[in-house]
Amino acid sequence: MRIHKHHLFWPLAMLAALLLFNLFYSPEEFYTVQVRNGHLYGTLIDILNFGAPLILVAIGMTVVIATGGIDLSVGSIVAISGAMACLTISKGADQDALGLLAEAIALSIGIALLLGLWNGLLVSVIGIQPIIATLILMVAGRGIAQLITSGQIITVTSDRYGYIGSGSLLGLPFSIFIVVAVFAVAVLLTRRTALGLFIESVGRNPSASRLAGIRSRYVLIAVYLFCGLCAAIAGLILSSNVSSADGNNAGLWYELDAILAVVIGGTSLTGGRFYLTGTLIGALIIQTLTTTIYMIGVPPEITLVVKAFVVLVVCLIQSETFRKTLVQRWQTRRYPAEREVAKHV
Amino acid sequence: MSTVDGQEREPILQMSGIYKHFPGVKALNNVSFRLFPGEVHALMGENGAGKSTLIKVLTGVYSIDQGAVTLSGRHVAIHSPLEAQAAGISTVYQEVNLCPNLTVAENIFIGREPRRFGRILWKEMNRKAEQLLRERLQLGIDVTQPLYMYSVAIQQLVAIARALNISAKVLILDEPTSSLDRNEVEQLFKIMRKLKEDGLAILFVTHFLDQVYEISERITILRNGEFVGEYEAAQLPRIELVSKMIGKELELLGELPKAGGEGRAEAKESLIEAIGLGRKGAIEPFDLLIGKGEVVSLAGLLGSGRTEMARLFFGADRPDQGQLLLKDSPGAVHSPRQAIDAGIAFCPENRKTEGIIDDLTVRENIVLAMQATRGWMRRIPRKKQDELADQYIKALNINPPNPEHLVKNLSGGNQQKVILARWLLTQPKLLILDEPTRGIDVGAKAEIQKLVLSLARQGMSVLFVSSELEEVVRVSDRIVVLRDRKKVKEMQEDIGQQQVMQAIAGG
Repeated sequence: MRIHKHHLFWPLAMLAALLLFNLFYSPEEFYTVQVRNGHLYGTLIDILNFGAPLILVAIGMTVVIATGGIDLSVGSIVAISGAMACLTISKGADQDALGLLAEAIALSIGIALLLGLWNGLLVSVIGIQPIIATLILMVAGRGIAQLITSGQIITVTSDRYGYIGSGSLLGLPFSIFIVVAVFAVAVLLTRRTALGLFIESVGRNPSASRLAGIRSRYVLIAVYLFCGLCAAIAGLILSSNVSSADGNNAGLWYELDAILAVVIGGTSLTGGRFYLTGTLIGALIIQTLTTTIYMIGVPPEITLVVKAFVVLVVCLIQSETFRKTLVQRWQTRRYPAEREVAKHV
Repeated sequence: MSTVDGQEREPILQMSGIYKHFPGVKALNNVSFRLFPGEVHALMGENGAGKSTLIKVLTGVYSIDQGAVTLSGRHVAIHSPLEAQAAGISTVYQEVNLCPNLTVAENIFIGREPRRFGRILWKEMNRKAEQLLRERLQLGIDVTQPLYMYSVAIQQLVAIARALNISAKVLILDEPTSSLDRNEVEQLFKIMRKLKEDGLAILFVTHFLDQVYEISERITILRNGEFVGEYEAAQLPRIELVSKMIGKELELLGELPKAGGEGRAEAKESLIEAIGLGRKGAIEPFDLLIGKGEVVSLAGLLGSGRTEMARLFFGADRPDQGQLLLKDSPGAVHSPRQAIDAGIAFCPENRKTEGIIDDLTVRENIVLAMQATRGWMRRIPRKKQDELADQYIKALNINPPNPEHLVKNLSGGNQQKVILARWLLTQPKLLILDEPTRGIDVGAKAEIQKLVLSLARQGMSVLFVSSELEEVVRVSDRIVVLRDRKKVKEMQEDIGQQQVMQAIAGG
């Protein structure tokens, strides 16, 4: 009943439309899934695998946006985390040592948490607008990443580290399991504790939340911490996938794709209600779109234009105001005499 | 200037039979207003009386539906603030809207700088500004300094200087004193008297009764968009002014039966005590003790400091002097959270911006404060949430009785009940209600009043703020009267509306 009123209806419809397009345009290439050496291969699997970092970053972004904030520094944190991990491993005598791997992961997650804390303190304690507060780290973070890599691209030859981003488990890319785990943790943390209620409350009406006794400072710090953590994991996957860290280009423009995924997923930029499942679908839409554009052979010089156009269409269809206007136009065109009536509705 | 009787003088400004309707509201209903040269005329009325609408009509922000305005005997139609200024009506609004980063002279002449061939004549401008301030406002300051270097009072005067161009005949001052302290008000009044002697007609809007009597000759009272009357200040006792503003006849008031308060023990154990608590610009230091199971009301006109006092008890605003002593817990109250932990609850005056979280459901809004005290780890189980929501929806008769309804789709009265439910859930020792019945229908109003009384009977203390005297008298054990941001009286026995009104009026 009234299925189109559900908050997931339009994101799902968009994703279905993209998949449907591929079904007609390139069914074989897109939908074939093969088993090679016990692993699944195919475009659908690639979408999940390559989309993993974006999904992770978008999950973190969702809770930040729900508080009425935004985190522009995630792309830089992705680069820093990858750089930190690769540097640690490249300095090890035995790059495949388990202890070294643990150290690398702990260091990169640790530094990302510190950066998340920095963002959170700027926003909640000092009271800088989130877009400016995180812009600082967005710009400075690239510098930090390059400082870590000394301006070089650090390559590692560790099979253990490579497993994070390109290994497979039970026939599926390992990164998918990481995404599932983080998503589950995010859902549990926000819906099985009172954190979700506090986030939505603070995001929607900070002064009423304060009077209701919510310590919004801690809520804000928590979401920026979590966002940093998600970006760090994404950075690990990304650098592990290519076995190298590029301080300059790793995670470039990720913040924008992540924000887009959150918005497509139905969470409002003004804060309040947030939808993690919607974000998941939103990120998948973006990744599917990127893959589709490459597959159908759009000339590389105009891929961004095509992507922008599709995103525009997706956003327009999501907009309730736009849909209403469209329906109204269509109706008045069919019954010209009712034009006047519609005006007064 | 020879003193001429009011009747014979020619008014500089005359508004008659003014109507202004907004969708669903008669903002001005057949209102008349006269202003004579060389007088200060106070425009009085409670919230929603139509004062600001009248000013906006006069300054061309709104157009009038019906009625006539004459200025110096000529019929005028004012369509924009610019036209008003050109016609000689200048306005200084409540918030100083100047640019603090510009110099004093720039602020005065912005938009009409003296120019030659398109080039601004800075020296000429500074000289003119200095002259204007010295001659008309008796203010000798360096006009080349940026405005933020001066106090709010000086800034207020600069705003007046800007409003005064050569052709100004009428000066409207909308709450000019609300952010000034006593000395600054003195300074402003001196200037106003000087301008008055120069023949300027001043329309003065304020909430401070003392100031009205100090400076104005004449008073016009509005109530609910209607014209109540125009009076000579010297011939209108304060008590009558107040009764005309709030619309209660004195004789009638005496006859109303007094309800509530009976049968409760006299000597009460104290719960919370404010000693010398105050906040500059909000409320002057006061002492107040609230006993267990006692209903204490704060009465006073709008802007008298009622809300400010209530907010200090909750830590919603930080006091800058004095202390709040809690009998049971030694902790201080510096933030709402500490207040809640100490067993204090607060329903704010403005439920839309400070009460409800409009995008959340009724259930989520109800459990919010309780959840906040439990912390994020110990989430109230969903089943328990449903139970609590259902219980309070029934108890408070919240309509529609659906806990999953978004709270923004509820009526004002029901939203108020949701906030009440939120606080009752925390089982507070002291419940602070700031205008809990404003803007809600009569039925819901009675329900909330009944609830307050029954809660007090169960031992909860209530601090009740309301602008409706009837209500205040009905529910309270004790009434604290405030005037001009000061606690002026505490009344315990035989409280009648008349006595309270007398205390509000003071003087």
